[in-house]
Amino acid sequence: MSESITLSEICISASSKAWEGEGEILATGIGLIPRIAAGLAKLTHNPDLMMTDGETYLISKPAPMGKRDISYDQVEGYMSYSRVFENLWGGKRHAMVTPTQIDSFGQTNISAIGDYDSPKVQLLGVRGFPGNFINHKNSIFIPNHSVKTFVKGKVDMVSGMGYQNKELSNGKFEIKLVVTNLGVFDFNGEDNSLQLLSLHPGASVDDVIENTAFDVIINSDKATQMPTNEELAYIREVLDPQGIRNSIFGE
Amino acid sequence: MDKIVSHKDVIDQLSNGMTIGVGGWGARRKPMSLIREICRSDIKDLTVVSYGGPDVGLLCAHKKIKKLIFGFVSLDMIPLESHFRQARQKNEIEIMELDEGMVQWGLRAAAMNLPFLPTRVGLGTDVLTYNPELEYVTSPYSDGEKLVAMPALKLDVALIHVNKSDEKGNTQIVGPDPFFDELFARAANKTFISSEEVVSTQDLGGKDGAIFNRFERSLVTGVLHAPCGAHPTSCAPNYGFDIKHLKEYSEAAKSFDEYSSKYLNRTHKDYIDSVGGSEAILNIPLPQF
Repeated sequence: MSESITLSEICISASSKAWEGEGEILATGIGLIPRIAAGLAKLTHNPDLMMTDGETYLISKPAPMGKRDISYDQVEGYMSYSRVFENLWGGKRHAMVTPTQIDSFGQTNISAIGDYDSPKVQLLGVRGFPGNFINHKNSIFIPNHSVKTFVKGKVDMVSGMGYQNKELSNGKFEIKLVVTNLGVFDFNGEDNSLQLLSLHPGASVDDVIENTAFDVIINSDKATQMPTNEELAYIREVLDPQGIRNSIFGE
Repeated sequence: MDKIVSHKDVIDQLSNGMTIGVGGWGARRKPMSLIREICRSDIKDLTVVSYGGPDVGLLCAHKKIKKLIFGFVSLDMIPLESHFRQARQKNEIEIMELDEGMVQWGLRAAAMNLPFLPTRVGLGTDVLTYNPELEYVTSPYSDGEKLVAMPALKLDVALIHVNKSDEKGNTQIVGPDPFFDELFARAANKTFISSEEVVSTQDLGGKDGAIFNRFERSLVTGVLHAPCGAHPTSCAPNYGFDIKHLKEYSEAAKSFDEYSSKYLNRTHKDYIDSVGGSEAILNIPLPQF
């Protein structure tokens, strides 16, 4: 690979590990990086994953980013919104999402910022977060790791539940991976605290501590694994040949 | 049997304070011509149940909504709905914010004539904090699990846009995703359909067409012929969403009067002309994700 490896490619490779060992489930990557990452997981370590065309059909190969000739999509099944709900209530799904806020419990917010009755910023609404987080595993991608996203106390409107309420989920709740522009994390620190697993190139432990408004467990400062040549080829030639991923970090 | 109605006939059946369910999803297959008709009527204080898109936004901009029951409001390609945001940020509407699946569960309970349906969804979230009227139910079986009792969302009226209908209300939603329109129809006392095409029963396509018939005609009170009636939302496979128009609409949150005088407060036919005519709309390609 002649081109230098970009941060978005590192994040895609790291995020794809969310679906490692997850078996034959529906992989939903919402947003640019999670979507390419889900596709990469399917093309590399988990070919059994089911994925949609971004709309109503399950297709055999991940849909590349940008305009494509959809007549080449090999449709293999149906996944209307109604079917998505039925599927997720049964727990056979792993989604990667980008909440606007996340707290030390792993609670997430995509509803509103500020006072709930007249929010400073109204966002989408809770969408499917309450149902997703209580019914199946999720992972999180945050492109702008800061004290505004990793907030002190609790998020303004708890849309996705957190670890302190884990027993409500019949054993289904888990945030498997948190990938940010600084590094890779999970919630397997003591008492389900957020812990650093690896740092991306150029990021330091101090960056992580300064940009997280709650305590992060630092047991390691090892470097995030670089994408392999095979992964880079899939990202650059198959999943995102137009380089739309570069828009995420302005690369 | 002839259930054909005009835009005005539908409005005549609505009254202040009603609970209205709107079919479609985000910027897809919304009965926009009927929504615009409500906006130019005197009807007010509505409770609206919707997987929200510009239907919710336009009703907010016209101060028609007293209470919104929703899981999200979005224009798809434009994730945030500017008119809805403005209404929320100025505290102009009451809300019942729910998980998308809870909305479905509430409609399904109403459709099944049940007081509630149990679910885990909502537990551990502020959906319960901000909707204190939501109650719990304990499983009567050995697990004894405490669940949310999602109450039935009963509708006075459902408004749904479809691809095809006959005059008896045998409707067809031909696009690949029928969303939750069937449940809106079942949860409502009366359902009014707007349809791209109104055809004779023998032109519905027989058995092959009947697969696309998502709910029975007995649920349908009135059928309105509204070609391009979903514009600026999409109506697959007939046309995609009008991104250019949705951007202009979205921007209009700053100065709504200009948008309003350009496009609203006119008949459906005049509206279609004002946005470029039906031929142009039918040429809008379907979105690709």
